[in-house]
Amino acid sequence: MAEKIEYRGHLHDLQKDLMNDYFDQMTRSAQGEGSPAVYLLISGNPVELLRAFDLLPVYPEINALQTAVKKQALPFIQKAEELGYSTDNCAYVKADIGLFYSGNKAPMATVPPPGLLLTNYVGCNVYLHWWEHLAELTGAPIFDIDIPFLRSLDGEPSREDLQYVVRQLEELIPVLEKISGKKYDPDRLREVVQYSLETGEYWAKIKMMPQLKPAPYDAYFDAVTMMGPLYALRGTKEGRDYFRAAYEELQKRVALQEGPLPEEKYRLVIEGPPPWPYLRTFRDMFARWGAVFVASSYSTVGGLWEFGFRHDPSNPIESIAMHMLKWNLTNRNFLQRYAQLKSYVEDWNADGLVIHSVKSCRLFSAGQGDMREYFARELNVPTLLVESDLEDQRYFSPAQMRTRIDAFMESLEHHKLVGHQR
Amino acid sequence: MATAAMSEIEQVQDLTALVDGLRVLFEDPEFKVVSEIKRLTGKPIIGNFPVYSPVELFHAAGAHPVGLVGAGNQIEIAHADSRFQSFVCSVIKSTLELGLTDRLQDFEGIVFHSICDPARNLASVFKRNFPDKWVEYIHFPQNLVTESSVDYLENEYRRLLDRLQELTGKTVTNADVNNSIALYNTARSLMGTLYAFRRDHPHILTTRELYSLVRAGHILTVEEHIRLLEHALRLVRTKPGHERDHIRVILVGSFCEQPSLDLISAMEEAGLDILDDDFLLGRRWFTEDLPTDGNGVRTLASAYRDRSVISSVKHDSRRHKGDELVAQVKSSGADAVIVSVPKFCEPGLFDYAIYRRALLDAGIPHLFVEYEEKMWLFDKVQTEVETFVESLLLD
Repeated sequence: MAEKIEYRGHLHDLQKDLMNDYFDQMTRSAQGEGSPAVYLLISGNPVELLRAFDLLPVYPEINALQTAVKKQALPFIQKAEELGYSTDNCAYVKADIGLFYSGNKAPMATVPPPGLLLTNYVGCNVYLHWWEHLAELTGAPIFDIDIPFLRSLDGEPSREDLQYVVRQLEELIPVLEKISGKKYDPDRLREVVQYSLETGEYWAKIKMMPQLKPAPYDAYFDAVTMMGPLYALRGTKEGRDYFRAAYEELQKRVALQEGPLPEEKYRLVIEGPPPWPYLRTFRDMFARWGAVFVASSYSTVGGLWEFGFRHDPSNPIESIAMHMLKWNLTNRNFLQRYAQLKSYVEDWNADGLVIHSVKSCRLFSAGQGDMREYFARELNVPTLLVESDLEDQRYFSPAQMRTRIDAFMESLEHHKLVGHQR
Repeated sequence: MATAAMSEIEQVQDLTALVDGLRVLFEDPEFKVVSEIKRLTGKPIIGNFPVYSPVELFHAAGAHPVGLVGAGNQIEIAHADSRFQSFVCSVIKSTLELGLTDRLQDFEGIVFHSICDPARNLASVFKRNFPDKWVEYIHFPQNLVTESSVDYLENEYRRLLDRLQELTGKTVTNADVNNSIALYNTARSLMGTLYAFRRDHPHILTTRELYSLVRAGHILTVEEHIRLLEHALRLVRTKPGHERDHIRVILVGSFCEQPSLDLISAMEEAGLDILDDDFLLGRRWFTEDLPTDGNGVRTLASAYRDRSVISSVKHDSRRHKGDELVAQVKSSGADAVIVSVPKFCEPGLFDYAIYRRALLDAGIPHLFVEYEEKMWLFDKVQTEVETFVESLLLD
């Protein structure tokens, strides 16, 4: 079996160029040039409002994961642990705190100090703690946006929930005016939201493509490439153009029936964030079996476009609020996630489910044993649960991981051979 | 209404004996006293997961709210650990284990709150595994700067009341809510008086005793809890005690998963006079009596924002946890702080880093202790505390 196989197209190279430009903007901002930085979080965020004021969005999650991908996170994590952060706290936070104490020099950029800490509390409780710590350390002003969790029986936000979020976004506008020194311009916001609308259109179409056989790209390992511009550049012309280019490239692959591997033998769905420090290793563990991920829950943390969400330039603030409330994975309850994964397994015609349980992110992981029970016992879907971490390389054991994946793939092979019907 | 346990307790005229008798209330994974209350009152039982729950609303709606904080070290976790991983705290698993072993049969429902990510997912896991139970989730506002958070929470409480009324069949009036607020005001005020007594006389009213008195309120009706607290207050005023060569501390970090009673004793015996703590913080959430003559639901919502304690599970960017802890140490005259956090408790562990910075800056000694509710052996914690105490006493 071949060990290292991947699809590398223009969309990967272009992403690299765009992200490098974005990181250069961060470094320039750190040097006091260009736009002031506003820190915010990935999940269901209102980046459109920042873009409307020409503010630079900075995502400590992206900084942390980029550092981990380059296998340079551990010294930062250990620095934070020396300062009282527990081995059991989220390692994204620790890498970021360690980075702060190390002069904010990340491998890909110098991280600018925040002009504002914008806490978009979309499901993840750690977000609240993280920004509270950053506020203390940096002395920057903080603005919390509280997003009520989807908790009603029908899983919908109430009218009052929506009003509450809209009111907070309206209260944010004068804060952004002050930081940017610019007056709020509703036409400019509509323009930004139009870019997000078009970006979402392309992204939704891209996310549906792996329903085809073969899937034209890996909806986990290639999707994370596209997730960079989705957050760093959403609401900009460059971001929209990137997604148009990616869509057109992938359309050609669909026409040619090209997949990311020479042969698509298994179609899998994956739940949970990737093990960033071992991304390539993890990918190869599946690629060697001819297994392609056709859908992933992680690629919907920032939004559920493939299930119908679109920004609305005619009603920009309300549509941003609905994005935060309803149309992202992390603000939905755990059973809604089960339903989403079930839809992936059924509508994307998958052979099985892989649950990558990461210690750092309990929003994702706490209770995934119950999720396994549901899929394996009630739905009879072949399900593998493996554990490691998204940031801390000490929790990834390559030999053990490979043994577990191999055993699962062998059982899946058998499952297919005997023509097991769900 | 009087439970048999309470009738017995009221006959006891010695505080230490009385407190020993309370253990059967809250160290019973079969919830026998809860069953008895259900039989006597006919009220549906709702389990309130930590930390804070608006118990007044449950009471007003004709339900009996029971504090459901796991199972301590009373049961083995045999099923729940296949649902929640090794890095999830014990109280999540032991609460689920109670359900999976049919020990929550007397509970019509259970309510969870936006305290942390595992608790939120546990609400969903409960829904799936116990489809016949009434399961609710309260999202508390995390932006307390905006006044709209009070409107939001009032709406959230009205949604909860609607769901409660479906369960109990009772139409709740504003007078009902205010009546419940008054009762819980009384209970909180009595607990506050006992806390003040313990702060001034930690050698007379021990933390083990105070803890038991508060914890009994997790099980008893509020009416019975008030009687218990009044009785205890009478007894404590005449209880003898001898000053000890202990250090005086504030204990923080134990607001959710609870240490066993014996661990609390072990820490005291190792040389601590605990002047203040955050055990069972949700029962002592408000810093003053709430008005009983307004819109009761609004009163509770607005008190959450403006008349409540600082907490690791309530995000309030108007306040600084480190500064408040330092001020608390100074005003109480404590010598040191014990940061005592359950293993894997993210809110508590994150706040430790904040406390640590503030305490180091203020020159206040502290000891960090990790525990689990299921611990049986306390030698390690006891040795840590003893060493810390000695280092301060000999300093």
